[in-house]
Amino acid sequence: MDSAIQFDKVSHRFGQHVIFEKLSFEIEARKITAILGKSGSGKSTLLQVINGLIRPFEGTVSLLGMPIDYENIHKVRLTIGYAVQSVGLFPHLTIFENIVLPGTLAGWQQDQKRQRANALMELVNLPAGHKGKYPYQLSGGEQQRVGLCRAILLNPPLMLLDEPFSSLDPETKDGIHTEVLKLQRTEPRCIVLVTHDHEEAMKLGDTVLNLDNGKLSPSGL
Amino acid sequence: MKAWLAILLLFCGPANGQVVRVGAKHFNESYILGEILAQLIESKGYVVDRKFNLGGTAVCYAALRGGDIDLYPEYTGTLSEEILKSDKKLGHAALNERLQSVLGLGISPSFGFNNTYALATTPEMAREKGLKKISDLQGINNMAAAMSYEFLKRKDGWENLKQAYRLELSPVGIEHGLAYQALTSGKIGLTDVYSTDGEIKKYNLFLLQDDLGFFPTYYAVAVYNLSLSPAIKGLVAQLEGKISEEGMQAMNSEVLFGKKSFYEVAHAFLQENGLVQSTGTTRNGRAWADIADKTWAHLGITAISLGLAILTAVPLGILLFIFSGAARPVLYFVGLLQTVPSIALLALMIPLLGIGRLPAITALFLYALLPILRNTTTGLTSVDPILRKVATGMGMTTIQRLRLVELPLALPSILAGIRTAAVITIGTATLAAFIGAGGLGEFIVTGLALNNTQLILQGAIPAALLAIVVEFLFEWLEKALIPRHLRT
Repeated sequence: MDSAIQFDKVSHRFGQHVIFEKLSFEIEARKITAILGKSGSGKSTLLQVINGLIRPFEGTVSLLGMPIDYENIHKVRLTIGYAVQSVGLFPHLTIFENIVLPGTLAGWQQDQKRQRANALMELVNLPAGHKGKYPYQLSGGEQQRVGLCRAILLNPPLMLLDEPFSSLDPETKDGIHTEVLKLQRTEPRCIVLVTHDHEEAMKLGDTVLNLDNGKLSPSGL
Repeated sequence: MKAWLAILLLFCGPANGQVVRVGAKHFNESYILGEILAQLIESKGYVVDRKFNLGGTAVCYAALRGGDIDLYPEYTGTLSEEILKSDKKLGHAALNERLQSVLGLGISPSFGFNNTYALATTPEMAREKGLKKISDLQGINNMAAAMSYEFLKRKDGWENLKQAYRLELSPVGIEHGLAYQALTSGKIGLTDVYSTDGEIKKYNLFLLQDDLGFFPTYYAVAVYNLSLSPAIKGLVAQLEGKISEEGMQAMNSEVLFGKKSFYEVAHAFLQENGLVQSTGTTRNGRAWADIADKTWAHLGITAISLGLAILTAVPLGILLFIFSGAARPVLYFVGLLQTVPSIALLALMIPLLGIGRLPAITALFLYALLPILRNTTTGLTSVDPILRKVATGMGMTTIQRLRLVELPLALPSILAGIRTAAVITIGTATLAAFIGAGGLGEFIVTGLALNNTQLILQGAIPAALLAIVVEFLFEWLEKALIPRHLRT
């Protein structure tokens, strides 16, 4: 298996509370891995360990075959797209500025930003007229699409999705699922999706794992 | 003696270009005497820097000791009681000798009149309560009395007077310029006055006789540093015995009620006494230019203090946000500065920085710090933690996150803080006139001394307009910098 993410005996705890105990697993490149778990099962913590927001007490986390370099974590993060449930669009920036922000960090030229943003907005069905609007002027579903565009602007080999669609109504959610799958066909990448929604996990995940009490196991569903 | 001095002066020649700094306290008579001194010195070719409006004895004395002014008009009683803290009543020669040996200061011969403190009431009140002398106040405790703040605190003022006469009144403090209005309108029944005040005649006030001889004599003199050139000391000595009590009352009254400027009254006096030639220069018709000058000076003081406060408080606020452990103590300290009354903060600056623009700007700067500092840290800490996490997760460094996310989101709060600071600074800067910093406060302070509403408004209206213009400016700035939905 060509692995994008590797945990080697990773342990972490908050105070006395153990989150993971010597957790080892691999996640496949260019595939969608869905991780199912109840709230409080450590799903979000797992994603934050992957992108270095949390540094575990013990063990090694490797991305694309390299142990995480915590000294240059900012550069590592540019290779990881990250989208969260509340979207986290910046209210002082327009839709266009929000989408191309990672490009600004990576030193992209204006032309390059514009081309990539246009292509992505079209891919996820966002009208071009939204570019100059502010996030508050968009619906929840549209905001999620903007979040997706921003997460994959730099075409990162890794993308982490932290329950990004849980607050959407079923119809909107369905539309976005279709677009995620379409994106994955166009630009295959390693996507880790954590969710408590079985249906979503089954629909999107090439692999579905269960997270329970800090242990990962293949889903029985 | 005087002729001899004059010949000496001729030989010394006019010291063209040499600057002499003349101070004056912020009340009518002191302005007139200061102006007389200034014009007398100017008439011999010196350049005079007028540092009038100084807020009371303490400020003038500190300015003189600190070398910020060379001389100012003072009273012998004040010098012996307040400056030397002497228990004995000193004659002119003894006073001069003590000042020289203890403080390195000297005084001119007396100008002639004795401006002592007196307690004043209205003739009606005097009749009603049967008052003729101060001891008649014994046993009276149901009379509204207000005394000037300086009188309340002076050694030769209220507390000791009350003990000497065994009085039972408990007066409140009042600005001297307002006391007459309070007295004539019946709001109070008793106040302290200076016996040469122009209002005494105008309002037909009744002065209570000092039957125990409590008040020391207050002969007007010029007090100067011994380093002042002999030529100027000689010039000032020409005023010896030239001003009688009636003469001083008349000059005070002309300024107060005759609509004459200090400059004109002083000039007329010097001419009548043959101390200066008529130069024909008056300062009339300069009112608008004067307002413009003072507004400009006001704006200057405000802009510099505010600019420095922004340059200090915004970076400091960012540092406090990053190193949040230090935030609490620093904000407490800066908050403490804010609680010092502005006039006290200005006074505290004098021993450190003298008088003029520098101490005023320093005090205003300290005042402007808190609103900017607090709004900067508050603005930054109230950024949604999720946005902060997303920014970090996206790969931003701390600096990038500040520049691209936190500062832009904190901008409305920071701007609001600067706006508050700007309005506070414009208002407080009017008080800077008390320590010789100029600006619109000069009109207000002079107007208060003269009880001249027009003069007060001449300072207050432009100051209010400035505050409004600044409000508009910031509103415009907010519109230009902040998207509509994020404006406060």
